[in-house]
Amino acid sequence: MSSQDIPEENLPAEQDAPHGAAARPADEQHPFADPGLPPHEHRVQDIDEQAAKRSERTVALLFTLSMLATIGFIASFVAIPVDKSVYIWPLGHISALNFALGMTLGVALFAIGAGAVHWARTLMSDEEVADERHPIEAPPETRAKVHADFKQGAKESVIGRRKLIRNTMFGALTLVPLSGVVLLRDLGPLPGTKLRHTLWSKGKLLVNMNTDEPLRPSDVAVGSLTFAKPEGLEEHDEEFMTEIAKAALMIIRLEPDAIKDKRELEWSHEGIVAYSKICTHVGCPISLYEQQTHHALCPCHQSTFDLADGARVIFGPAGHALPQLRIGVNDEGYLEALGDFEEPVGPAFWERG
Amino acid sequence: MSTAANETRSRGKAPAGERVADWADGRLGIYSLAKANMRKIFPDHWSFMLGEVCLYSFVIIILTGVYLTLFFHPSMNEVTYHGSYVPLQGQLMSEAYASTLDISFDVRGGLLIRQIHHWAALIFLAGMFVHMMRVFFTGAFRKPREINWLFGFLLLVLGMFTGFTGYSLPDDLLSGTGIRFMEGAILSVPIVGTYISFFLFGGEFPGHDFVARFYSIHILLLPGIMLGLVVGHLILVFYHKHTQFAGPGKTNKNVVGMPLLPVYMAKAGGFFFLVFGVIAAVSAIATINPIWAIGPYRPDQVSTGAQPDWYMGFSEGLIRVMPGWEIDFWGHTLVLGVFVPLLIFPLVLASIAVYPFIESWVTGDKREHHILDRPRNAPTRTAFGVAWLTVYFVLLIGGGNDLWATHFHLSINAITWFVRIAFFVGPVLAFIATKRICLGLQRRDKEKVLHGRESGIIKRLPHGEFIEVHEPLSQEQLHTLTAHEQYKPAEIGPTVDENGVERKVTGTQKLRAKLSESYYGEDSQIAKPTVEEYKEITSGHGHH
Repeated sequence: MSSQDIPEENLPAEQDAPHGAAARPADEQHPFADPGLPPHEHRVQDIDEQAAKRSERTVALLFTLSMLATIGFIASFVAIPVDKSVYIWPLGHISALNFALGMTLGVALFAIGAGAVHWARTLMSDEEVADERHPIEAPPETRAKVHADFKQGAKESVIGRRKLIRNTMFGALTLVPLSGVVLLRDLGPLPGTKLRHTLWSKGKLLVNMNTDEPLRPSDVAVGSLTFAKPEGLEEHDEEFMTEIAKAALMIIRLEPDAIKDKRELEWSHEGIVAYSKICTHVGCPISLYEQQTHHALCPCHQSTFDLADGARVIFGPAGHALPQLRIGVNDEGYLEALGDFEEPVGPAFWERG
Repeated sequence: MSTAANETRSRGKAPAGERVADWADGRLGIYSLAKANMRKIFPDHWSFMLGEVCLYSFVIIILTGVYLTLFFHPSMNEVTYHGSYVPLQGQLMSEAYASTLDISFDVRGGLLIRQIHHWAALIFLAGMFVHMMRVFFTGAFRKPREINWLFGFLLLVLGMFTGFTGYSLPDDLLSGTGIRFMEGAILSVPIVGTYISFFLFGGEFPGHDFVARFYSIHILLLPGIMLGLVVGHLILVFYHKHTQFAGPGKTNKNVVGMPLLPVYMAKAGGFFFLVFGVIAAVSAIATINPIWAIGPYRPDQVSTGAQPDWYMGFSEGLIRVMPGWEIDFWGHTLVLGVFVPLLIFPLVLASIAVYPFIESWVTGDKREHHILDRPRNAPTRTAFGVAWLTVYFVLLIGGGNDLWATHFHLSINAITWFVRIAFFVGPVLAFIATKRICLGLQRRDKEKVLHGRESGIIKRLPHGEFIEVHEPLSQEQLHTLTAHEQYKPAEIGPTVDENGVERKVTGTQKLRAKLSESYYGEDSQIAKPTVEEYKEITSGHGHH
């Protein structure tokens, strides 16, 4: 990847060559010559002391405004209760304290900035000056000196001659970070088969998420969408979040004739079907149901599943159907699970198979 | 200073500030540093303040962030809320969420600082993005500034992840959904995905650890690296001296502008207050991330219209439009539908990061460049940049496909398909169109140099012909419009040398010759006017 093979003439001429590093007037031969820095033009403040005075007063006014705004900030902090709400058009009802603090702080800061910039623009010298640039590369003598120094140092260290030292040092330095890597091991347990199992098991009742009551078939109307959790899982449980992240269930009732998938029909009860609520794409909870089409939609990435046809994906980025939970009715007439999901719920992963 | 005579001398002659400076110089050597930098010249152009916006918003983020750590509890312990926000009283939520509510409703000024922190983060990211585009389109990344380009690029990437870990901390329903999305993406990684996920979350999602872990990443690890990069970035800006646009008196060997002390101390220092002031005012009137309205996170709940912060939008677009491909084999699953977006995400970013090195390889140019290009004068580079932006914005559309659908009454299927196609076709079209526009602008510049400015005055000649009077340009303008460099395409040259021996031409050489042709060939730049052309036309022999 060297550029040795690009001939010099392919590079443009030195930028300054035709344009002259030194300024020169245009003439016959050099119509595009660099005329050099244009002469400085005076601002009104440079020649009119009255105007300069006005600028001074403007700057001072801005700085004074900042001081007043800071006093206003402190006054608002003390005077306005934290829970006071106020109507400000067109913002609507907003926190009075937040508005007052923000506006006063904003003015206090902005006025300092505006004052400083106005000062710089109108009263400080605005004459443009040129600074020379110097090449970043070191001159050849320095380069040669550094290389020689390095070689000298390397030679004196005998690292090139005593290969045993060099090799064992590299070995030690390579191994020592491993301790740090090993220490990271206890960041978490190994996955094992945890992603394959949920709290659902044979005989667990389907409990309505909203009412906390076990569900009967009669509680599930055609066209409605009900969310359920396994019996025994309570909000206060230590592992509630982790368990509900896998066990969340959505229940709908279809007309049994409308169910197109044979297994779905077998695993249903009187047209009531239970599917995992966790999207198989990246795990958002599916929460939108369209009763006419039996489509369930994940609001995060719009994966759409046909709940009347084995919850297969009909649109969007999800890769496979929602897992179905096999349900039945126990002796007391409550809906119960007939086992765990047969496949892992939620997003796909390498070991899913 | 032990004798009275000495004391009177120092008291009598040197003012206090000078004595402090002398004291410091004797220990830190500040005078040599100040000699080089106090009156350092900085050129003036509006686009040079974009980087300042980033720097100042970064400072604002650190200031407000430190304040927020005083009140925020990075804990996922479930507590019942008893604070002053009535609608959520009695609800179970994590301590992280509850303390964020306290910051918003019970700490006076807490809401303001939280909003300044979030607004400043959004502006920081937007500022870095636009600043990077400025540097890209003007070629400011060329030697000697390639390393500073990489520093800036790293700041952008780290800024994105600092932002992501930051808005995830309150543990609200929206950010938790984002975390879930991230977890799902990690799970898609072949072989190690589940392990990474379990190590990151301390077990199964969501577990009890991620808020505390993200907290240390968000407030310590990433900002620590970023602070180092920012300092390095600024040291290099000082060391290289700022670039400037071509113009009268401005060469590759000088820098024309005004001194740091006093002009840029006042302007840049003042600009910090302007940026801070505007962000404070915006935070007073525009609510950002109202976590109280979103509610605490529950893995089985979600709201519609879930969106990441804007800078993560293009990754959201990737994941939304990718078809859900999954390959099952030998008891394993290759989740291409999620894993491919996860791979393209860094590739999109890396493609712009490595560009400077590709361009310098194509040109073979090893000289320093301190004069900025006008984008039109580097058509291929400009076209590549616009193509990249096209990909970026097409993916942003994909990331908000639901909002596009609801706000513009469009079919979400149609939008998704549009993004899928435009991801491939859009950049190609943008490339072609941009290049043509650049060449058109180059032609216009040439026309202006040779024929002067159109004055709008129509003159009738004695024989009846109407002509428009063109005013010749001033020498300043002529110089500015012809100051840019033009490369010649690198040719492979004869493959047989003068002795008839065949010369080996490697594949990379051929590739470079091809690229060089597409950069600097006849179709890729308009030869700038020569002195001869100019004289030919202005000597009066030409037609008007």
